[in-house]
Amino acid sequence: MSEPIPVSEPIPVSEPVPAGQVAAPLVRIRGLRKSFGTNVVLDGVDLDIGHGEVTVLLGPSGSGKSTLLRCINHLERPDGGFVELAGEIVGYRHDHNKLHELHAKAITKQRTKVGMVFQQFNLFPHLTVLENIIEAPVAVRRESKKDATARALALLERVGLGGRERSYPRQLSGGQQQRVAIARALAMEPQLLLFDEPTSALDPELVGEVLAVMRDLALDGMTMIVVTHEIGFAREVADTVVFLDGGRIVESGAPAEVLTNPRHERARAFLSAVL
Amino acid sequence: MTRSQAAEPATEPPDTQVLVEPPGSNISTAALDQRASDAELLAAKLVPLRRPGQWICAAAVLVLIAMLIHTLLTNKRFQWDVVGDYFTRGSIMHGLLLTLWLTAAVMVCGYLLGIGLAAMRLSTNPILRTLSFGYVWLIRSVPPLVQLLFWFELASLYPTLSLGIPFGHEFVTVKTAHLFTGLLAAFVGLTLDVAAFSAEIVRGGILAVEHGQTEAAQALGLSRGRIFRRIVLPQAMPAIIPASGNLLIGMLKATSIVSVIAVTDLLYSVQLIYNQNYLIMPLLLVATIWYIILTTLLSIGQYYVERHYARGSNRHSSPGFWELTRGNLPLFGRTRHDLAGLA
Repeated sequence: MSEPIPVSEPIPVSEPVPAGQVAAPLVRIRGLRKSFGTNVVLDGVDLDIGHGEVTVLLGPSGSGKSTLLRCINHLERPDGGFVELAGEIVGYRHDHNKLHELHAKAITKQRTKVGMVFQQFNLFPHLTVLENIIEAPVAVRRESKKDATARALALLERVGLGGRERSYPRQLSGGQQQRVAIARALAMEPQLLLFDEPTSALDPELVGEVLAVMRDLALDGMTMIVVTHEIGFAREVADTVVFLDGGRIVESGAPAEVLTNPRHERARAFLSAVL
Repeated sequence: MTRSQAAEPATEPPDTQVLVEPPGSNISTAALDQRASDAELLAAKLVPLRRPGQWICAAAVLVLIAMLIHTLLTNKRFQWDVVGDYFTRGSIMHGLLLTLWLTAAVMVCGYLLGIGLAAMRLSTNPILRTLSFGYVWLIRSVPPLVQLLFWFELASLYPTLSLGIPFGHEFVTVKTAHLFTGLLAAFVGLTLDVAAFSAEIVRGGILAVEHGQTEAAQALGLSRGRIFRRIVLPQAMPAIIPASGNLLIGMLKATSIVSVIAVTDLLYSVQLIYNQNYLIMPLLLVATIWYIILTTLLSIGQYYVERHYARGSNRHSSPGFWELTRGNLPLFGRTRHDLAGLA
């Protein structure tokens, strides 16, 4: 019923793999900087995310977590540094010591490799659940409506919403809407899923159902980057926990280390406040 | 009333009204003397607030309507027989048809231009933004009647119009006076006017769509054109339609200004007749009644279009047109409750 998600696709390698490393990471972020006016949101972020890894980004609000996420699919244009996804620089073309910004069409193509789930769900309210899910596969991947529908129904089944395909988003609870949003992102068979505070807009009793779906995805080997305040989820599911503060990564490592024994003072203060 | 009675000792016989003593109520303590028991309150009948003002207004309005109908029927100078004679006369039907298709053509072309102008105004290209802004500013500043006369008199500025290379060879040349007949002047003038106003309406509707919708569509890899057509525009429609309906109905009537440049629309057809037979009032009534009929049809159409684009926006389907109308007629639907004070 549930579709296997492609995890181990051949990785185009843009440069020689450094010695000692088995495979290039799926996402490489180097020296990423972004400011809004005088407000420096990202101040030189370096981060690697391997295939099938779950990375949780933690940090106080305004620490740059969401901006970092949005740079990965070029919803924000970085001011400096770069994001490399499966060996390709996101949003730019490298040529003779220059990074040329790509045309909208090329960026659109890159984005199809990355799925994104938003805090406010952002389902299309004028389309049914089914239409929400098949929109991109039909319009972008030129799938036939029949195939796309069959896959959409399977995905709905997988997120526990079989039979709700004809509902409109507003007829669903927040948790159900967020699960539809996950199914919509999965319909494009992305190599990477980004979650931007997926449970922050939910009533407390609905958080569990969304986290359960995300946990299943992680078990299936989906590569995920999750911005969340759910420390329990980070502890249980994450391979790496990254703590950001003031646009810099101040601490990163296995959840057991970072969450139970943070070395950095800001991370300690934050964790004692959320826990 | 029940309360004060209940507070009296139960032994004293009630004088005029029947005292209803709910079973199970016992008034024993002195503190409860001022208050009714819960059981009494639960048994009490709800009396809505009376609104005599509504009844007085309704009566006054009914009297005025009756007077209006009376004068319409009894004042011989309305000459309803003449109205009936001319109502479906050939030349008037011609004028009606011209009004209809001129309105349709102007609205369709105007809106196509307007959507383009709105997209230009919202684009990241500063030249396009400024162009769009300048156009809307200019056209909105000039009265449509002046624009119409301007296009009609264009020949006095440019006796001939040519198609060719700028400052170079000309391929086709026509006499402006031949090209800009009254009808074309009317079409061009009104279309440019609609474009400016519709651009603002469309822009407002697009801005009303949450930005997260565009981001979600971008994240899915949809193309910009597809995002606009499939995601943003349908969601902008609920904000666009009411104002557009207004503009459409306004334009249906505004086409009557073409009568000043002798285009035989509904109004001018009527004028041509009454200039000969001097039956001014009855013939103006013919035009008026036709305008009312068309406006009514358009309003009904607008209701259904609005309902179509409201899909997904509420949990229940909205009522049909007749249900809605009935609900607003006194003595039938909701209004009856309103009049009874249950609003």
